[in-house]
Amino acid sequence: MFLINCPFCGERDQSEFSSGGEAHIVRPKQPTELSDDEWAEYLFMRKNIKGIQFERWNHAHGCRKWFNVVRDTSNDKILSVYKMGEKPPVNYK
Amino acid sequence: MPNYRIHKTEYIDETKRVSFKYDGKTYFGYEGDTLASALLANGIHLVGRSFKYHRPRGIVSCGAEEPNAICQIGSKKDLTEPNVRATELELYEGLEASSQNCWPNVKFDIGGINNFISPLIPAGFYYKTFMWPKSFWKKVYEPLIRLSAGLGKSPTEPDPDIYDHKYVHYDVLVIGGGVSGIIAAKMAAKNNLKTLLVDDKKILGGTTIYQNNESIKIDDKLSSEWLKNEIQEIKKLSKLTIKTRTSIAAYHGYNFLLAKENLTDHLPEEKKKNKIRQRLWKIRAKKVVIATGSIERPLVFNNNDRPGILLSNSINKYLDYYGVTCGENIILFTNNDSAYETSISLHKKGIKNIIVDLRKSANSELIKQAESLGIKIYFNHVVTNTFGYRKINSLEIMKLSEDGNTTVGNKIRLSCDCLGMSGGWTPMVHMHTQSGGKLDFRDEDQVFLPKENSEDQISVGSCNGDFDLENIIDKTVNKINKFLDIDNQDYQDTNIICSKENDKRNIWLLPNKIPLGKTKCFIDFQNDSTAKDIKLALKEGFRSIEHVKRYTTTGMATDQGKLSNMHALGIIADTAGVKMGTLGTTTFRPPFTPLTFGTLVGRNVGKFFEVVRKTSMHEWHVKNNAEFENVGQWKRPWYYPKNGENMHDAVQRESKAARDSAGILDASTLGKIDIQGSDASEFLNRVYTNAWSKLAIGKCRYGLMLNEDGMVYDDGVTTRISENHYLMTTTTGGAANVLSKLEDYLQTEWPELDVYLTSVTDHYSTASICGPNSKKILNKLFPNLDSSDENFPHMSFKEGKLENINCRIMRISFTGEQSYEINIESKYGHSLWKMCIEAGKEFNLTPYGTETMHLLRAEKGFIIVGQDTDGTMTPSDLQMDWIVSKKKFDFIGKRSLYRSDTVREDRKQLVGLLTDDPKEILEEGAQIVSDVKSKPIDMLGHVTSSYFSPNLNKSIALAVVRSGKTMKGQKLIIPMENKNINVTVSDTIFLDKENKRLNA
Ligand SMILES: [Zn+2]
Repeated sequence: MFLINCPFCGERDQSEFSSGGEAHIVRPKQPTELSDDEWAEYLFMRKNIKGIQFERWNHAHGCRKWFNVVRDTSNDKILSVYKMGEKPPVNYK
Repeated sequence: MPNYRIHKTEYIDETKRVSFKYDGKTYFGYEGDTLASALLANGIHLVGRSFKYHRPRGIVSCGAEEPNAICQIGSKKDLTEPNVRATELELYEGLEASSQNCWPNVKFDIGGINNFISPLIPAGFYYKTFMWPKSFWKKVYEPLIRLSAGLGKSPTEPDPDIYDHKYVHYDVLVIGGGVSGIIAAKMAAKNNLKTLLVDDKKILGGTTIYQNNESIKIDDKLSSEWLKNEIQEIKKLSKLTIKTRTSIAAYHGYNFLLAKENLTDHLPEEKKKNKIRQRLWKIRAKKVVIATGSIERPLVFNNNDRPGILLSNSINKYLDYYGVTCGENIILFTNNDSAYETSISLHKKGIKNIIVDLRKSANSELIKQAESLGIKIYFNHVVTNTFGYRKINSLEIMKLSEDGNTTVGNKIRLSCDCLGMSGGWTPMVHMHTQSGGKLDFRDEDQVFLPKENSEDQISVGSCNGDFDLENIIDKTVNKINKFLDIDNQDYQDTNIICSKENDKRNIWLLPNKIPLGKTKCFIDFQNDSTAKDIKLALKEGFRSIEHVKRYTTTGMATDQGKLSNMHALGIIADTAGVKMGTLGTTTFRPPFTPLTFGTLVGRNVGKFFEVVRKTSMHEWHVKNNAEFENVGQWKRPWYYPKNGENMHDAVQRESKAARDSAGILDASTLGKIDIQGSDASEFLNRVYTNAWSKLAIGKCRYGLMLNEDGMVYDDGVTTRISENHYLMTTTTGGAANVLSKLEDYLQTEWPELDVYLTSVTDHYSTASICGPNSKKILNKLFPNLDSSDENFPHMSFKEGKLENINCRIMRISFTGEQSYEINIESKYGHSLWKMCIEAGKEFNLTPYGTETMHLLRAEKGFIIVGQDTDGTMTPSDLQMDWIVSKKKFDFIGKRSLYRSDTVREDRKQLVGLLTDDPKEILEEGAQIVSDVKSKPIDMLGHVTSSYFSPNLNKSIALAVVRSGKTMKGQKLIIPMENKNINVTVSDTIFLDKENKRLNA
């Protein structure tokens, strides 16, 4: 059970949060201009990394804000937390 | 009755005699006893039968590792509890316990015959024998296995006990209250760290608390005396919380641990009443100190499982802690020094004993002490066999060869009534590995030790492989100072004198002249697996410890192999000729000891099991005999049976009344989202498939929401209340998800939009009145409202006042009838409902539930998201192309509507079905085919909604059918178990295609 440091509320139990999958997948601005393959890339393709992964989390039973998390999926350690719209930390690439 | 209690100790209160029943017979013990110590005091060793061979088995240990003394407690249907370890169960007045796994009784046991046919029950027996024929499983194998493999009885009635959960946060959690745990807790708490110390026993002190050997001293005191002082001191520390009778069940990531506190299990029945029985502690600790100690190992030799054979240190604890001797003529069989402590203690209390030591020779203070007391020691000898059926009465020993691989010389037969065995000590690394820590193997004494950590934790004491007191204290102090980054000097000058073990010899499977196939060298006592089984598994090609474990069932009983896993590994390593450290271990899974379901569930039982949401009209529905349906967390009226009606009759009546005159539905559960902001219209444009910018203020519009994959996600009517203010409704079940989805898009994709979302589902209650007379009822309720069709047409909204209370009235319809939804603040919902009922009396206003609602909308061909859709239906599949805007640049899911897959002509599409026999009602979910003769039958789709329509006097259904759009008029078949039903594909709208009723 993780402890997640919500950028708005502070450390809270994992049960207050819901996970929103891979982060930094931006919805295309002009979907109609995309080929089926390009749209499918956005719609369906997700990484499933063993190691450092950038994820979206939502403080569903708290402030209801979405934010980003850098998590090492091999040991579940959360390495960094940052708000939507902020640049991902570079040292984990 | 024999009495084996031979001396007084401070842990047994001989002024408080306790009577208890074991297997129906009454015995006496004292306060402070466990069930096991009380039984032993009464001379009872035999406590059960083994799982496979039904061999007589006795108490082996004095703790959580006990494999044999497993009892059924109590006989009441609601309170009886199986699989309780007698070694942990504290004795109380009136305790009733019985042995498990023996039928008809422990002394005469039919399953014991298995002992004589045991050559027929090898490893993997169950897999090999019970494979075929399949039909035998139900009738022969299963009843047979169940009868002979009784693992206790579950209670058959609800548990009346109270359980509790508690969340706590600490700077430091110390697991285990032995010497090292006490030192760690003291150091942490004295340094002002908020500390929790837990121990599974009734009192702190571990094994040192009853240690009384003169050669082991701390600051010139007996180690037990010194420790008692320490315990007195830590009890005064304000920063320290001590929880005894509390065991850690699981160590999860982020230092989140679960502990079970036993609060009343040790109390007599009348004192248990109305008290919390067990509490589950959910602990978050910044740092964790693991001081869980170690467990003594058995030795593996022929017939090592007879009653009267115990772990050597357990004999010591029964003697020095409980005052009970396990025998009068005891033999101790060991490979290390710790059995000498037991021997010396027994000797001092006048119990005759001798030592068989498999080491060639050994030298230490303890051994010198034993020798000087004249205790007979057979070095370099090994027990090769034991005798006695219900209890050991003698054994044979032989000399070991130089290499230890075989025995030499003559057998020596020694009589005894008890045998203590000590194969060394296994550090309890369970917590360390549960936390994600890795292990190292120490060859010298063949132990796995904590290595790397992934959590902020540390192991100290014997669970870290430090076995003598000097080592334990020195290392614990150093490690804790470092771990907590403190500089505690309390133990700087502590002077420790103890015997040091210098000699070790470990043999996992002891040699014997008898071929292995003819011996019974048990490894797992509870699951009855032997050394032979392990070797057989290896011979049959198993290599991985995890596979050998499952094939032989070693370590898979309720004790989870606490006594057996190391020996299994050792024998595998020896047989395969590999180093033990390279094999790895089996996985240590939580819980460390079994948890009751009650503890896990806590207070969430009965009406607290699940969150229930009720509308403000709920009490009226209850009073008016509604049957309820669960929709999400909501309780919704399903139908209102009158005069003993069944569901069908009630629904037919309600449906007819709604179309003939008037019906009323509690629509409060529909999700309601208040949307405000200068970009509210643009936002709706992006989340719904149709256009919203031109919706006039005071008008309502139906919207369809998709996922990005183009599939229908939710639907509902949204009303424009003012320029920048909308009220969206969602499906009852989808409300929370829709809000989350909308918030997600607003926060992450379109943060530039000025839009605010608020869930107001619970804030408003809604009464929906429909039918040809609905307008008349509305007029009675709101005499000042202009309800003319010109001023209040279908799909529009007005505000009204009901006795000065503001209402929002939407003229929208889910039934196809003229219909008004009256929304009012929830606190007035019940009054609103009653006023509607009162006003509707003269029009036979009939309350109807969800079933009638579903029927009425099906007559009209309105879909229910989640019933007629399943996440694979596009608007086009639903024949709802009309609601998808061609003009809008983008909306959620738009691009997916022309992916190659979504434009396929042969997708499953929504159609109506009419049965050839209008009385025949189809089953929802039934498969649809066109040809029953070709095999395999080509399945075209399935029925999604089906009803008998009282208004049309025929059966109607909605279905999804491959290429359904092009099939109107076509005949199809619904094959059922006993017959084929003929149907014709129809339009999805069965009633009032022209919408005359809506606008009437
Ligand atoms: Zn938050």
